[in-house]
Amino acid sequence: MSGAPLPNGIVAIVKRDCPTCELVVPVLAQLAESAVGLTVFTQDDPSFPPGIEAVDDTGLDVSYTHDIETVPTLLKVSDGAEVGRLEGWSRPDWEAFTGVSGLGVELPEWRPGCGSLSVDPDRVDALRVRFEGGVLRSRRLQLAALEDEMEALFERGWSDGLPLVPPTEARVLRMLEGTTRAPDEVVAVVPPILVETTVEKIAVNAVMAGCRPEYLPVVLAAVEAACTDTFNIHGLLCTTYFSGPVLVVNGPIARRIGMNAGHNVLGQGNRANLTIGRALQLVIRNVGGGRPGRDGIDRSAFGSPSKLSFCFAEDEANSPWKPLSVEAGFDPDVDTVTLFAGHGPSAVVDQLSRSPEDLVKTFATRIAGSFDPFFARRLDNMMFVVGPEHARVFHGGGWDKMRVRQEINSAVFAASSRGVPDAAWNSPAIVFAGGDAGMFSAMIEGWVSGPMGSQMICHEIRG
Amino acid sequence: MTTILDPTSETQPITRQRVARPASIEGLTVGLLDISKPRGNVFLDRLEELLVERGLEVKRYKKPTFTKPAPADLRYQISQECNLVIEALAD
Repeated sequence: MSGAPLPNGIVAIVKRDCPTCELVVPVLAQLAESAVGLTVFTQDDPSFPPGIEAVDDTGLDVSYTHDIETVPTLLKVSDGAEVGRLEGWSRPDWEAFTGVSGLGVELPEWRPGCGSLSVDPDRVDALRVRFEGGVLRSRRLQLAALEDEMEALFERGWSDGLPLVPPTEARVLRMLEGTTRAPDEVVAVVPPILVETTVEKIAVNAVMAGCRPEYLPVVLAAVEAACTDTFNIHGLLCTTYFSGPVLVVNGPIARRIGMNAGHNVLGQGNRANLTIGRALQLVIRNVGGGRPGRDGIDRSAFGSPSKLSFCFAEDEANSPWKPLSVEAGFDPDVDTVTLFAGHGPSAVVDQLSRSPEDLVKTFATRIAGSFDPFFARRLDNMMFVVGPEHARVFHGGGWDKMRVRQEINSAVFAASSRGVPDAAWNSPAIVFAGGDAGMFSAMIEGWVSGPMGSQMICHEIRG
Repeated sequence: MTTILDPTSETQPITRQRVARPASIEGLTVGLLDISKPRGNVFLDRLEELLVERGLEVKRYKKPTFTKPAPADLRYQISQECNLVIEALAD
């Protein structure tokens, strides 16, 4: 965004509806008399300040395009470019800034400014569309005034079956505030039609999914990770099996954006959990053209409710163990999203075991019902979300995640003639989450794993 | 009127496909859309006479200007009120 032209000298931006601006009117008069070359821009009333000929900025062109957040603001302009900035009223600062002494000697020494109209929450969306709407490359579609917006989005085939938030320019620009990445940056090549998708297109779908702007970095990372050969969202989409992408968020961002890692962690009620996973699925549907049904490439025989959004965070604050992302090789302060081709969950119930040795048998038995150790050699298509009460039993016996994992492998492959495989961070993956009452864990079963299917991927979330 | 951004990869045209031609026009409502070119109304008036003689219901519409596509509101109104539409080009 290039700023509106500024005159050289000292520029003051003010509004009448600001007591500090009213206060400094005599000072502005002094500066107008001086040799500093003062130009005043006024945001709300072109006749303000009285006695000084001000430039009308009621359209907020200058204020918005020069990122004015406070009034009064003084700018020092040389060769049309800003070289200095001062906010609010402070006699010593104003004198030093302008080189004029004896400014406003009757006034209090210091007063904070007021909010600029260009950052007024009620105006900023419209201003952003006016000044920055040009960065949006997506095709515009006009809905008729009498057309129901929600129904119109359903009719165009963009919905997963739930209502969508209409992706207006204002909402998409607000969404893009959530990332430092340029709107036209290519994020991934999205199957099944293998088309490049940009930050902007993902933002459009994130708006429709109901995301807040601060969720966007997670969605971008999820799309990047999903569209790798490692994760293979194409095959996952096409399979007749149940699975879809399961997302686990680690790192400080999970708490910062308010994700749920506690009670009802895999259920309803949390906007971030429900909309981030949904946004990924909408990108696949709308950008990639991956749709279920007779005319689509999603050929799942049953699907699963978790194909709407299956996304949650690890409860790192309460976990006695290393986070999943740290086991995968990232530093604890790095934000990551882990993608796993899975579905479910199903319950692991054990309210009686009080030792790790007893409890792990329940986990192994649970796997045996759905896993053939003579067919598959690894548990890398399996995730356990271990609840606090089960983790207490494991941790109380001195077992960390890796020990739990090794013991599960030992039990599951005990009868295999090929022996017990080495356990890696993802075989099975273990995540600490869930409500603090209930001696349960959740098992999330997966799809075909390894290079022939989908491999679990832990991917860094960038800004 | 709401303007929204296309969430797709934009490989398909925005305009949606026309509905299939009906086997018969008996009992249908026909919209006559004047695009605001001079004398287009002469043609549409005659069509209206012929259609009304056959017992059809006819509704008349007019674009504000022939130089621009029909406004979204007008297109929506026609789609809600008619089964068929005839658009007249004249000069």
